[in-house]
Amino acid sequence: MELVEAIILSVLAASTPLLLAATGELVTERSGVLNLGVEGMMIVGAACGFAGAWLTGSIFVGALFGILAGTMMSLIFALMALGLAVNQVATGLALTILGVGLSGLVGAGFVGERITPAAHLSIPGLTDIPLVGRVLFGEDAFVYFSIALVVAVWWFLYRTRAGLILRACGDNHVSAHALGYPVLRIRTFAVMFGGACAGLAGAYLPLAYTPFFIPGMTAGRGWIALALVVFSSWRPGRLVVGAYLFGAVTILQLHAQGWGVGIPSQFMSALPYLATVIVLVLLSRARSGGSTAPAALGTVFVPDR
Amino acid sequence: MRKSLLALAATLLLAGSISAASAADKLKVGFIYLGPIGDLGWTYQHDLGRQALVKELGDKIETTYLENVPEGPDAERAIEQLVRAGNKLIFTTSFGYMDPTLKVAKKYPNVHFEHATGYKRNPNMSTYSAKWYQGRYIQGLIAAKMSKSGVLGYIGSFPIPEVVSGINATMLAAQTINPNIKVKIIWANTWFDPGKEADAAKALIDQGADVIMQHTDSPAAMQIASERGKLAFGQDSEMIKFGPKTQLTSILDTWGPYYIERVKAELAGTWKSEDSWGGLDSHMFAMAPYTNMPDEVKKMAEDAQAAITAGKLHPFKCPIVGQDGKAVECKGGDHLDDSQILGMNFYVKGIDDKLPGK
Repeated sequence: MELVEAIILSVLAASTPLLLAATGELVTERSGVLNLGVEGMMIVGAACGFAGAWLTGSIFVGALFGILAGTMMSLIFALMALGLAVNQVATGLALTILGVGLSGLVGAGFVGERITPAAHLSIPGLTDIPLVGRVLFGEDAFVYFSIALVVAVWWFLYRTRAGLILRACGDNHVSAHALGYPVLRIRTFAVMFGGACAGLAGAYLPLAYTPFFIPGMTAGRGWIALALVVFSSWRPGRLVVGAYLFGAVTILQLHAQGWGVGIPSQFMSALPYLATVIVLVLLSRARSGGSTAPAALGTVFVPDR
Repeated sequence: MRKSLLALAATLLLAGSISAASAADKLKVGFIYLGPIGDLGWTYQHDLGRQALVKELGDKIETTYLENVPEGPDAERAIEQLVRAGNKLIFTTSFGYMDPTLKVAKKYPNVHFEHATGYKRNPNMSTYSAKWYQGRYIQGLIAAKMSKSGVLGYIGSFPIPEVVSGINATMLAAQTINPNIKVKIIWANTWFDPGKEADAAKALIDQGADVIMQHTDSPAAMQIASERGKLAFGQDSEMIKFGPKTQLTSILDTWGPYYIERVKAELAGTWKSEDSWGGLDSHMFAMAPYTNMPDEVKKMAEDAQAAITAGKLHPFKCPIVGQDGKAVECKGGDHLDDSQILGMNFYVKGIDDKLPGK
């Protein structure tokens, strides 16, 4: 029983950065912008988040630094891809390469330093309940925040007028523009939101997951977040399923190896990708046929003035 | 379309970054690194070696390094880039660079190459590595003494001979202390992913392991063991900062002396294709101070280290019994010979795990 609880705890920790980054990218893409720079924004968020926490001794300040850094990175993207209408794919890739370099520079002075990781919630009585206590009442703030965030995004996209307008920009920017909506401004906010989430996701790694900073520590999680958005067919609900499924299979395959199941570890390592793709594809086939990608995703929009 | 774009993106991302100094007439020496120089592990130690080289011979040479170079076909491009930039001696510092290095070496016979931890050579391509299994043997002794649960946790990178021989050496040593010792092995299938290494360490501890050893590059596992109040061994470099009450010892890669020796040979025009495989006696690696253990365990470790250094103790002393219960052919007299260790693809008896791909 203790082992089950331990596994669930590890799964939540492993899934949280993916969920945070993917939620942000989902909003960005729903507005019609494809920002492939998630990995770059994440790693800068990780470096700045760690720097903030190390300098001030506060995880909260560190998280804010991460959010701010991610947002700044996304503003570079917005300036290029929206302001100057440069190709979004190229800009996003450049942003990632820039981010990897920049994070190494920012983080160079902090390599080898340690901080106290984010505190876990502790409610006497509740946290001690066997099996579910620590899972429900013993997480760090990032985990609760990521869940609240994805619910808020769902509510925003499907239950508010602003969300509807944002989706309209993503599906047909010409019509949205004709109706008088400031397409570029809306997209800029969506890109900034994506950057903030990616920065926070990156900051989660050195602030809560492994409390030190090492260059390249995001290790491709930004790309996984990007893929999750596609396979969730741009829906927050499926994104949650995808992120936790990916985290769960990642952790379970490690445990399976420890138990000595005898399946080649190379296959086990590929399993999270395989399982997530299969389940999410099945989900989207079962519900509605056809692609649900925002129709204007990745296309350049220059309003006629 | 979207997926192929992602693949393209991932490839582009992996293009390394370059750093170089400039000066004419000096011998140009290039390095290819797997990770970032700040990884505090494998690449960090190679870069310390390069720095020692610069300190010693800085007025005669000029060094360049490419970091974050992925193993595989991409590496070929990076190595060739160093050749075109005029480097005459190039160190490629990871196993996966073996075939790319050989390919480039055949193309440029006037450039000398040094490949770490591989086994393919050419008239202009040397190999160098260290007998880390000697250090692993000492760690196995310590681990068996220190483990209360009798279960060791081992995080592997890839099931290549170097890693497998490390696991075997650890177990052979541990079995001399506790014949019933168990080892749980998790392959991370990566050299560097702090998050995944931490997850693997958590899984091992959750499954009852109380001494964690790793053959991956970041201090994440050390840090998790420290958080959970368990013991662990560092890898490649000094990791005691991440577990002041956790680290028992660490195998420290010390490449500096070798790099200096080889570059001196190149400068003197005496460079030859060689296979260097140094152990504790040759200072290719060292053991970090033995910490967080009782004095008698420390003494045992120091004695074992002295015996191995003096050549009196060989970790793969025959008979070696494989998982199938049959004794392994003993080609080196009273111990396995180097080729058997360098190509090790079997587990010794007492390991429950199945070797991936077997």
